[in-house]
Amino acid sequence: MLSLVIFLPLAAALVLAVFPGIKDRAARWVWVVVAAADTALVAGMWAAYEQPPDGGLAFEEQVTWIPSVGSSYHIGADGLSLPLLALTVVVFLACSIYALREQNRPRAQAALFLFLQTSCLGVFAAQDLILFFLFFDLSIVGMYFVIAGWGHGNAARSALKFFLYTFLGSLALLLGFIGLYLYSEPRTFDMVELARLAPLNESPVAGAVILGAVLLGLAIKTPTFPFHTWLPPAHTDAPAIGSAVLAGILLKMGTYGFVRIAMPMLPAAWRDWAWVIIVVGVISVLYGALVALAQTDLKRMIAYTSVNHMGYVVLAVGAAGVAGGSDAAAREVAVTGALTQMVSHGLITAALFLLAGVLKDRAGTYDMDSYGGLARPAPRFALLFAVGAFASLGLPGFSGFIAEFQIFAGSIGTVPWVAVALPGILITAALFLLAVQRLLTGEVRGQSAQVSDLRTTELLSIGTLLCLSILIGVAPRVLLDLIEPASAAVVVLVGR
Amino acid sequence: MDGMSMDMDFSVLAPEIVVLTGAVTALLAGSFSPRNKQWISRLIAALAVTVGAGFAVAGTLGKPETVFAGTFAVDTATGVARAIICVATLLVIALGGKELTGTSRESETYSLILLSALGAMVMSGTSDLLVLAVGYLLASIPLYALIGMGRSPHAAEAALKTYLLGAFFGIALMLGVAVLYALAGGSTYDALNTELTGAPAAATAVGLVGVLAGLAFKAGAVPGHFWIPDAAQGAGITAATFLTTVPKVGAIIAAYRLLSSIPDTVDWPLLIGLLSVASMTLGNFAAYFQTDVRRLLGWSTVSQAGYLLVPVAVAGHSTLALPSLLFYLAAYAVSNVGAFAVIAATGRYEVEDYRGLIRTAPWLAGALLISLLSLVGTPPTAVFVGKLTTFTAGWDGGLPWLVVLAALNTVVSLFYYLRWIAPAFARSPATPKTRAASDQASSARASSTRGGAASTAAIAGMAVLALGLSAGLLWPWLQGPLAR
Repeated sequence: MLSLVIFLPLAAALVLAVFPGIKDRAARWVWVVVAAADTALVAGMWAAYEQPPDGGLAFEEQVTWIPSVGSSYHIGADGLSLPLLALTVVVFLACSIYALREQNRPRAQAALFLFLQTSCLGVFAAQDLILFFLFFDLSIVGMYFVIAGWGHGNAARSALKFFLYTFLGSLALLLGFIGLYLYSEPRTFDMVELARLAPLNESPVAGAVILGAVLLGLAIKTPTFPFHTWLPPAHTDAPAIGSAVLAGILLKMGTYGFVRIAMPMLPAAWRDWAWVIIVVGVISVLYGALVALAQTDLKRMIAYTSVNHMGYVVLAVGAAGVAGGSDAAAREVAVTGALTQMVSHGLITAALFLLAGVLKDRAGTYDMDSYGGLARPAPRFALLFAVGAFASLGLPGFSGFIAEFQIFAGSIGTVPWVAVALPGILITAALFLLAVQRLLTGEVRGQSAQVSDLRTTELLSIGTLLCLSILIGVAPRVLLDLIEPASAAVVVLVGR
Repeated sequence: MDGMSMDMDFSVLAPEIVVLTGAVTALLAGSFSPRNKQWISRLIAALAVTVGAGFAVAGTLGKPETVFAGTFAVDTATGVARAIICVATLLVIALGGKELTGTSRESETYSLILLSALGAMVMSGTSDLLVLAVGYLLASIPLYALIGMGRSPHAAEAALKTYLLGAFFGIALMLGVAVLYALAGGSTYDALNTELTGAPAAATAVGLVGVLAGLAFKAGAVPGHFWIPDAAQGAGITAATFLTTVPKVGAIIAAYRLLSSIPDTVDWPLLIGLLSVASMTLGNFAAYFQTDVRRLLGWSTVSQAGYLLVPVAVAGHSTLALPSLLFYLAAYAVSNVGAFAVIAATGRYEVEDYRGLIRTAPWLAGALLISLLSLVGTPPTAVFVGKLTTFTAGWDGGLPWLVVLAALNTVVSLFYYLRWIAPAFARSPATPKTRAASDQASSARASSTRGGAASTAAIAGMAVLALGLSAGLLWPWLQGPLAR
């Protein structure tokens, strides 16, 4: 079942790639249909999901691959991965609908995005480090071609920077994985086994080095300060749906790695270095917010708010590693908040990037000073943008609030001084309000007159994402019932 | 010890005998056939390496032993190296069709290729210094002729450079052999292993450095790498593919085998580690600036030699070292041949000429992408598994610093491979009119023979993926002790 979910898009991608005779229109619809089918499958999995009694995996599959180095095709889903699998299929479905009007090589684009979808789903389903790395690297290759092939501006250069930077991260990650393998007894790359063994708990120095390698890889991908410099150019020059996938899904691979790999497999080292992780998180929160405030380019602004929002996640998982004195309940709340934030940020930021893409499509620029009073010519755009902005700044009623409230409630309960990150929320609120004011209100000026309102496909794709954010904000139990047992398990694992 | 007995069981040398016979027969058949019937030689050569590969695989199934008074090892390493050499040579012959068919030196070329391949096979299997020297000469001398065969000024220069360097490093090798022989009182690796323990370390080191210098020349590793980029650019594309692929296999295995028998009195892991870092770093940074894809690939093979030296540096110190080395060699051979086959199929030598290849020849662009991503080490390609396992072996064998430097070098290498991939997948050709015109002209000229190179590229591309995905199936076959 899970394999089908992962490889269905790849199969469709191969068909689209191999037959050049497929008409553009057919290719676009194949993409939508396959993405919808995959979404339906994941929805079915969500409905059928039952927390395995022993804290293990649901939908587990294992086939030997390279037995001599202890690597196998091992996949499965639990409360950590299922929400992200769902997020992936939803964001890709939204992108496929958004791209129904794509004129630039739609067949190749559909094939590439379907390939990318397989690699993203694979990362979140993998239960073997080599398999994880395989999908992780393929997602980089796929995104490189998305930016280089369909980007604008200085796309080739941004794509290269993205590839080099994240490839460096992935190799650091690979070195960390090799280290975990060499220290495990018996030697294995199996993630479930490694989480059970926690092989480096007795060797603090080696543990710190290997954690350093893993963290470097994940921090580049997330990205956190100071490894975020690849992000703004990549986003600015990527096509709208490329940015949506990059921010919505690819960034989550980094933070997912924290809770799936770093915390359970290297608990002692994580606890020793938790304060560094918290500091990096706090800096990312404040720095991302401040730099975002200074942007005049809409896409760069959203990109920097991603650094800010991912900072909350890093801060929370760091706080969850601070042992001693604090009660486990607070740390569980922090991890739950971090996981909720991943889903929430994926939905909201993908929507915001798609909205930014609409502006580029209509008037050819992301410069916020070129617009004003958009509410008059494009009321639907204005409504969705305002909703997205409020969701992103963490207004109650949206998923962002649920996430950030839990993050701060859990983290401050554990480490009181992380309250210094609270101004990040204020700055983000200010910058989004400012953006709403600059873009939507006032006289119609600049390029605004050219901006025609959202088309049905755009409305459908962006609206779906924002509706889901509201759903989580209003009825969070849907998501939290799934996440909470998993985050409790992570807190237990990191506390060993 | 039946290994030391003098029984002359020639059947264990079946692959070598077949390839030698093929070389002689191809030459003779070519001499007696008219220009338009030279395909007979081609068929003979292809047949010889195919049968050779079959015997090579069969040879790995017996128990490991040394034959001919301990001078030749018949074990997994020999068998796999023979198989890789034969298959790679077969691919080279296949991709050379476009370039060689109907030329005045066709059958000679096949004969020389087979002889040089034979030299590489001898180098990979021998466990005796004197036979190693013979293998070195046998692998080198046909190569000089192959490079010079192009008869262009570039080819002449490359041939001269290769010849001078080959002679120089050959002397270094023989000097090293002489020193080690004198110290150990014997030339078999078995003798080195037992006798060198008590020998003065400095003298052992001198001898070892000499032999390794010779092997570095064949492997295209620092310090013997200077000829590689010139030869890759100056020689014909067939010879370029061959010389960057096949001799490396023989030389690297020879180095592994030799070092496994050198006692710990000399810190050779450090020496090999440093050579490895020097090769990969120099190769990568030099490739960085190349605009000619043949030179780019030439330097890339220098850097690949560096990665291949990682498991050599931990020879005997990690159970993963030998299987990972063998796997990496196979993976490297198909990936490298795949990339060269794309050059042979397109006939384009400048990076910029590849602009828009995805439109004109999507299958070739796909093969190029897979081959180059494999050389980078992206999963699920073959070299990824090679890099994963060699890195693991390197760390396991006590050289984590080497692994870190190899990983950093991998990032650097991505840059120049992307410089080639990016234009090939760019949206539009730079100068559509001129490109299309020249494409038409060249396709009219070579449409009949282009198929060989293009299908070689496609086969190599598929092999790269298949090898990466089925690594687990092959792995048990690669695990076997060295015979000494």
